Amino acid sequence: MWEQIAANRRKSFVLVFVMALLLAALGWFGGEYFMGKGGGPTGVVIALVVWFFMTLTAWFQGDNVMLTVSGARKVEKKDLPILFNVVEEMTLAAGLPKMPAVYVIDDPAPNAFATGRRPETASVAVTSGLLKRLSRDELQGVIAHEMAHVRNRDIQLMLFAGVLAGAIVILAEIGLRGMWFGGGRSRSRRDSGQDGSGIIAIVAIVLMILAPILAQLIYLAVSRKREYLADASAAAFTRYPEGLASALEKISRAPDKLSRATSATAPMYIINPLKRSKKMAANATSTHPPIDERIRILRAMGSGSFAAYDRSYMKIKGAKKGVIPGSALTEDPIGPAAPVREKVSASQRENARQVDDFFYRQDGYHRIECPCGTVLKIPPDFHSQVAKCPRCGTVHKV
Amino acid sequence: MLPLLIILVLIVIVIAWVVGLYNGLVRLRNQVKEGWAQVDVQLKRRFDLIPNLMETVKGYMSHERETLEAVTKARAAISGSGGIPERMLAEGGLTAALGRLFAVSESYPDLKASTNFLSLQEELASTENKISFARQFYNETVMRMNNKVQMFPSNIIAGMFNFKAETFFEVEDEAEREAPKVDFS
Repeated sequence: MWEQIAANRRKSFVLVFVMALLLAALGWFGGEYFMGKGGGPTGVVIALVVWFFMTLTAWFQGDNVMLTVSGARKVEKKDLPILFNVVEEMTLAAGLPKMPAVYVIDDPAPNAFATGRRPETASVAVTSGLLKRLSRDELQGVIAHEMAHVRNRDIQLMLFAGVLAGAIVILAEIGLRGMWFGGGRSRSRRDSGQDGSGIIAIVAIVLMILAPILAQLIYLAVSRKREYLADASAAAFTRYPEGLASALEKISRAPDKLSRATSATAPMYIINPLKRSKKMAANATSTHPPIDERIRILRAMGSGSFAAYDRSYMKIKGAKKGVIPGSALTEDPIGPAAPVREKVSASQRENARQVDDFFYRQDGYHRIECPCGTVLKIPPDFHSQVAKCPRCGTVHKV
Repeated sequence: MLPLLIILVLIVIVIAWVVGLYNGLVRLRNQVKEGWAQVDVQLKRRFDLIPNLMETVKGYMSHERETLEAVTKARAAISGSGGIPERMLAEGGLTAALGRLFAVSESYPDLKASTNFLSLQEELASTENKISFARQFYNETVMRMNNKVQMFPSNIIAGMFNFKAETFFEVEDEAEREAPKVDFS
């Protein structure tokens, strides 16, 4: 299974290389166009500087931004013991060196994501809606999927690819605006066509229009592939594909839309938080494969191994080639199957109660336990000195 | 001059290959050790949780002395066990005894209502899971190690530097068969 990481590195390298070439070409032709003949190298340097600073920012701020933007709050074991246990279990199954930090987001839409450049500094976040809807086995499947992203170093790859795509989009935008307002100096000074600047102008325009689209398509294609791989890994970690399959089914059926997700953070989630129609076919502009298909592949697996996922993928998609790197298939474990499954439906209610309590505490609510068994939650802006229990009528001091 | 250069390059390539294989083997051996340490941590954690559980359960389940004693005995057998195979057998015995205890606890509604018991039950169930997942990862690592040690050509290097095949952590069949599938719902 570890061979997969090596395969990922090679693929990420090719991808980053293609995108970097695109960026350099954009810089070169932009430079030639705006600064006249010989401006190419300067254009490349400008493009690289822009990219460098964006990468630097993303590298040091990426995790925090993702967690802040989504409104995630850190939890300790005493707040949500079941969630914590599940994360710990999956850390062991994935063989990660350190357990990721655990965050929850107060949002009724069920979803989850992982961030962190290195497995040592990773974090996983789940919404309260997810905790309230999923059983323990399903939660395990979702967390396993996120751990797979951490273990396969997908987050690093997506961060890198995302920044490259972003730099290309920004430069192309600036270039197009520049053309619109000022036009190239080379065109105004010399006759076009004489030294090939006409061709350069055409290439520059075409590049500025096509490069951002191309960059984003590459980015999205990679994102989709990562999802299949993370699903396969989740099945291999838990040895129980049905857990993730039924979790995905529940998540996709939930009506709520995640309120704080943006198109920039969408690829990070377990399912796309923005698009809700699950019937939609995968096309070049989706961050995730269609959820129906993911569920069908997981359900047709039979056993939880990479080889089973690959066979199932080819059967469902009617494809000749699988999605799992060949090296991972030969490394498939044959060892004894994992734990005895137990359906802990009680854990779902327990999780729901724990996550509610956590957010009430975070928001400064005061708890009063009435002798009749009712728990009164007093909001922080409650003005009166006393509160009456709505069930038995006992008056409590606040 | 040229043949000499070719020979030199070949020697360098062979050395690099041997160094790569050797380092890979060392890394794997360390991973196996680390994997076993993880299993051990979880086994210890379960061991430490049991007195707490007994204390909680005692008051409610006074009629189930045999079941309680079986757990205590199984726990004692672990500290008394010598080698790894014996230890694994003892751990399997504890798993089975705990399974019976939780199965019996189903018929004690008072116990099921105790928050202390519920959190202990969650802790122990999760620890059992952690043992299995850590074992699963350990076994995968052992398999990769053994493949390297036994397959050509890496077995030459492994033999030269005395790397040995490791043993899988398999649960004894007997204990596994005894363990009841418990429905905690």
